[in-house]
Amino acid sequence: MTAALRARGLGRSYGRLWALSDCTLDVPAGRVVGLVGPNGAGKTTLLHLAVGLLTPSTGTIEVLGGRPAAGPAQLAKVGFVAQDSPTYAGLSIEDHLQLGARLNPGWDDALARDRIRRLGLDLTRRAGKLSGGQRAQLALTLGVAKRPELLVLDEPVASLDPLARREFLQDLMEAVAEHELSVVLSSHLVSDLERVCDHLIVLVASRVQLGGDIDTLLATHHRLTGPRRDPARLPADQHVISASHTDRQSTLLVRTEAPILDPAWTVDQVGLEDLVLAYMGQSATDRRDAGRPPTLEVQR
Amino acid sequence: MIEFHLDDRSGLSPYLQLVRQVRQALRVGLLREGDQLPTVKAVVARLAINPNTVLKAYRELEHLGLVSARPGVGTFVTATLADASFAAHDSLRQDLRRWLADARHAGLDDESIEALFVTTFRTTAHEDIA
Repeated sequence: MTAALRARGLGRSYGRLWALSDCTLDVPAGRVVGLVGPNGAGKTTLLHLAVGLLTPSTGTIEVLGGRPAAGPAQLAKVGFVAQDSPTYAGLSIEDHLQLGARLNPGWDDALARDRIRRLGLDLTRRAGKLSGGQRAQLALTLGVAKRPELLVLDEPVASLDPLARREFLQDLMEAVAEHELSVVLSSHLVSDLERVCDHLIVLVASRVQLGGDIDTLLATHHRLTGPRRDPARLPADQHVISASHTDRQSTLLVRTEAPILDPAWTVDQVGLEDLVLAYMGQSATDRRDAGRPPTLEVQR
Repeated sequence: MIEFHLDDRSGLSPYLQLVRQVRQALRVGLLREGDQLPTVKAVVARLAINPNTVLKAYRELEHLGLVSARPGVGTFVTATLADASFAAHDSLRQDLRRWLADARHAGLDDESIEALFVTTFRTTAHEDIA
């Protein structure tokens, strides 16, 4: 099966500033990928590289086996909804659908109109008069009706209220179930993505800190609590992601493929949000120590 | 037809929550042999979760021998977990209610009742093994 996304040593600089460095990724097709990181981490840069709006400064990126925006066939395979769901404020919904039909060879007009009807939107209404949630739904409709193999969404729910957010994600997941889409969506909040994603990429300060299928990530990370101990004395296959100590107790978050056998530890599962925060915190510590944060990739 | 719900704070992964809800429904007789589970698309549209999560839960239930998928039709219940012991539930529930009333009467609050139950449950479970 062709990978949805494959990057090798991918980097992009703006002058002397690196927005993305040394990014190596393999994302299988058919996944719903969450791209998480604080604002300014390089999420938008990575997405723009994937859809061909930017070209790499270093390294390579392949999307569905081809170079981004290499030609009409590649463009037709990838749908992109930029941040804040851009639409043409002066154009009606009908205009948007006709525009979509003219610009996209694979346009599914029945699907687009069916979605607009189910959303209860009036075709004559101008996009500028829609609510934030409705505008996001219109942008999603255009992205899905293009019938791409991969849909890329940059911060699709960031500006939506909780109800609109839920409705947007319900619709997105329905489209995934119906059309077997691969999806990459970014957010600075893990909680937005926890239910919908099955693959996660954590990007901090222009580097990939963590990437892999969420089930694998959760199965290979554990929280250990027990009597105070020097993390350096753990077995070699247990990698410490974060550690905190009181005078008596140590709490560690470790990554390991093997079971934890030491009976001194109480072993707990780690939630996705805690896991992501630990990696973000780790990269902050590493930067303070002037070292380069290690790129970690959990293999299947 | 049952309806799924998710608890983000349960600490259980969404797929395990779905598996557990089906088992629960089977155990109390809410789902019976021949009943259809909601379609993947319906679950996805309701809960805003990844379709693969639902598929994984249904595969697990199939693996447990509780349901079977008929391609193009849906997923159907093929077994029951409400066994012969189901008949004893009513009288056990009454005993338990009586016990709870006694515990409240003796001045135990909810937390103490739960703690007492859990520790006793664990001790006896332990004795049974030993």
